[in-house]
Amino acid sequence: MSVNLTLLIVMGALYACGIYLILERSLTRVLLGLMLLANATNLLILATGGYAGLAPLFSKDTPARDYNDPLPQALILTSIVISFAVTAFMLGIIYRTWVLARQDDIQDDAEDLRVAVTPSFDAEDDAEVPAETSEFPLTMLGSDGKDVSDRGASGRDTDRVATLVAGGREMPAEHAAAEEKPGSLNVDHSPEGGGK
Amino acid sequence: MNIASFAPLAVVLPILGAALTFLLIRHSRAQRAVSIGLLSLTLALECLLLASAWNGGTAAVTIGGWIPPFGIVMVVDQFSSLMLVVSSAVSLAVLVYATGQGMADGDHDAPVSIFHPTYLILVAGVSNAFLSGDLFNLYVGFEILLTASYVLMTLGGTGPRIRAGVTYVVVSVVSSVLFLIAIAMVYGATGTVNMADLAIKLGELDQGTKTLLHVMLLVAFGIKAAVFPLSFWLPDSYPTAPAPVTAVFAGLLTKVGVYAMVRTETLLFPGDTLNTPLMVVALLTMLVGILGALAQSDIKRLLSFTLVSHIGYMVFGLAMSSAVGLAAAVFYVAHHITIQTSLFLVTGLIERRGGSSSVDRLGGLAKLSPMLALLFFIPGMNLAGIPPFSGFLGKVGLLQAGVELGTPLAYALVIGGVVTSLLTLLAIARVWNRAFWRKPEDAEHPDPVLLATPAARVSGPGAKVNNTVTLLPRTMVGSTAGLVVLGVALTVFAGPLFALSDRAARDMLDRTPYIQAVLGEGVAVPGTTAAGGGR
Repeated sequence: MSVNLTLLIVMGALYACGIYLILERSLTRVLLGLMLLANATNLLILATGGYAGLAPLFSKDTPARDYNDPLPQALILTSIVISFAVTAFMLGIIYRTWVLARQDDIQDDAEDLRVAVTPSFDAEDDAEVPAETSEFPLTMLGSDGKDVSDRGASGRDTDRVATLVAGGREMPAEHAAAEEKPGSLNVDHSPEGGGK
Repeated sequence: MNIASFAPLAVVLPILGAALTFLLIRHSRAQRAVSIGLLSLTLALECLLLASAWNGGTAAVTIGGWIPPFGIVMVVDQFSSLMLVVSSAVSLAVLVYATGQGMADGDHDAPVSIFHPTYLILVAGVSNAFLSGDLFNLYVGFEILLTASYVLMTLGGTGPRIRAGVTYVVVSVVSSVLFLIAIAMVYGATGTVNMADLAIKLGELDQGTKTLLHVMLLVAFGIKAAVFPLSFWLPDSYPTAPAPVTAVFAGLLTKVGVYAMVRTETLLFPGDTLNTPLMVVALLTMLVGILGALAQSDIKRLLSFTLVSHIGYMVFGLAMSSAVGLAAAVFYVAHHITIQTSLFLVTGLIERRGGSSSVDRLGGLAKLSPMLALLFFIPGMNLAGIPPFSGFLGKVGLLQAGVELGTPLAYALVIGGVVTSLLTLLAIARVWNRAFWRKPEDAEHPDPVLLATPAARVSGPGAKVNNTVTLLPRTMVGSTAGLVVLGVALTVFAGPLFALSDRAARDMLDRTPYIQAVLGEGVAVPGTTAAGGGR
C-alpha cells in the first residue's frame, strides 16, 4: 500500500488545528475545530484506500488492480453527510446561545458549582465551640421559673451573637450551621465560576 | 422463510413511523396513535426475533443482495435480540409516559410535536446499532441515535438545556470522530469493515497494531458508555433534559456503548490482552461514580451518577472474559436498562407532584402519594441490589465470576462491587428518607406545593397548579408502573433470563456461530477454543 505524503501532512495539520480549536472556550471556535477534525478524518479514510487509481467504473479490459478502491469513498460520503448535519445543528445551538445569553462561550453548570462550593465544614463537629443545630433548643430555667439560658453572667439579656471560627473566618453560629446543610442558599457563586 | 430475515424491519418500522408522524405534525392525536402503534408492532416483531434466536441460534440477513464480506449484514443472535426486546419495551413505556405528559400539560406547540418523529428516529438508531454486523453500519447507527438525541436533549431550547446540549454535542462528536478514525485504521490494516470478516483478519495482524486498534475502539465506545475517566459529560448533560428524554437516554444510550464494547471484546479482539486495564477502569467507574452520587442533592443528578457507577458493573463482567462473567454482564445490562429508566420516570413524577427534584425541597411524599412511594421504592431497592431483586442476582453472578478468576485485582473488584452496592443503598435511602419519609416542614427549603394542606389547596399556593394540570396523570403513572412491573418480572423470570444470557455469552465467546452465520458454514474460525471460552 502506497501513501500520499502531501495528503498525510495536510491531515496532520488539520488534526493539530482542530484539536487546538476544540480546546477553546468560544463555541464558534469549537465548531470550527470539530469541522477540521471531521475533514482530517475524511482524508485519513481516503488514505486507507491506497494509491490513486482509475475511477471504479467497470470495464472488461481493465485489470482489477488498476481501479481505485471505491469503499473508502463511500465511507467518506456518508461521514460528510453526517458532519454536515451536525455542523448545521451546532450552528443552530450557537445562535440560540447568542440569543439567550449574548455570549459565545461554554457556560458552567450552576448545580455543579453549587455542589463544589458546599463546604465540608460541619458546625456541629468541627467548630471549637460546637454549634447547637438541633431543632429542640436547649432552655434553662432559673430559680424564678424564667428562662435564663440567654442571659449573661450579670443576669441581663445580651445582644451578643454567638460566633465561631469556621474555615478561617469568624461567623455567627447560626449562619455556619445553615451553611453546613446541603443546598445552602447562603453560598452564592458568580456565573463565571470559582465561587466567593 | 426464517423470521430472522424480517430483522431489518426493526429499523425500518420506526423510520417509517418517523416519516408518518412528521407528516402528521399538525394532528397530535394521529401522531400519538401512529408512533405508539408502530413501536408496539416493532416490539412484537422483536419478541419473535428473540424466540427465533433462542430456538434457531444466530442468523444473518444480507441487505441489497451483496455477498457478506462486501455488503451490509444484520446479525440476530441471542444478545442482540435480547437487547432489542428490552430496549423497545422500555422505549414504548417512555413514549406512553411522554404522550401522557404532553396531554396533561396541553402541549400542542411546535417543539413538542417534533418529539414523536425524533424519538422514533432514536429508536431506529438504537435498533440499527444492536443489529449491525458491520463496523461502519454500527457507526451509522450511533450517528442516527446521537443526532436524534441532540434534538431531544435541547427540546424547547431553554437556557439550561442549550448549555447542557453544547457539552453533550461536542463530546459526542469527538467520540464519533475517534470511532471513525478507528474504522479508517481498521480498514487500512485489514481491508474490510465486516465484523465477522474482521474477527478472522484481525487475528492475523501483529500484536502492536492489534492493541492500537483495540484501544482506539474501546476509547471511542468508552466515551459513549460513560466509563470512568470518560464519564464527566454525563451527569452534566442528562439531568437538564425533559424527564422522559432523560429516562430513555439513561436506559438506552450508554448501553449501546456497552453493547459495542462487548462486541469488540468478544468478537473482534478475543483473549485477555486488555483485561487488566479494563478491570481497573471498572473498579474506578463503580467507586468514583457512586461517591459522586452521594454528594448530590438533586435526584436526577444523583441518578445520573449511579448510572455511571453501575456501568462499572457491566465492564466488570466484561473484563472477566469468562462465560460466567459475560453472562452476568448481559443479564445486568438487561436489568439496568429497565431499572434506571423506571427510576428516572418516577423522578419525573416526583417533580410533578412535589414541584422539585431536589431533596432539599421535598418531604412527606410517602403520605401524600403512597403509590409514588411504592413506585420509587421497588426499583430503588432493585438498583441497590437488595435480595431477591434482579439487581442482587446480577451482582451475585458478577461476584461469582470475580471469585472464580481469583486474581488479587479480581478480588479488589469483588470488594469494590459490594462497597458500591452498599453506597448505592445509602444514596437511595437518603432520597427515600428526605423526600418520602420526613415531614414537608422539615425540608430545608420546602416547596409551597407540599406545604399546602388539603383545605388550603383550594385557595392556597398549590391551587393554581392543581386546577390547570393534573398532578399525576393516569397514563404517566400507568406507564411507570408497567416498567416497574417489567423490572419485577425480570426478577421472577430470572431463571430463564439467566439461561438465555448464559447461552448468549457462550455463543459470543465461541465466535463460531456468529462468523459462520455471516460468512457461511464452511469458514474455519481461528483459535476457537483459545479465545477464552475455556476459562
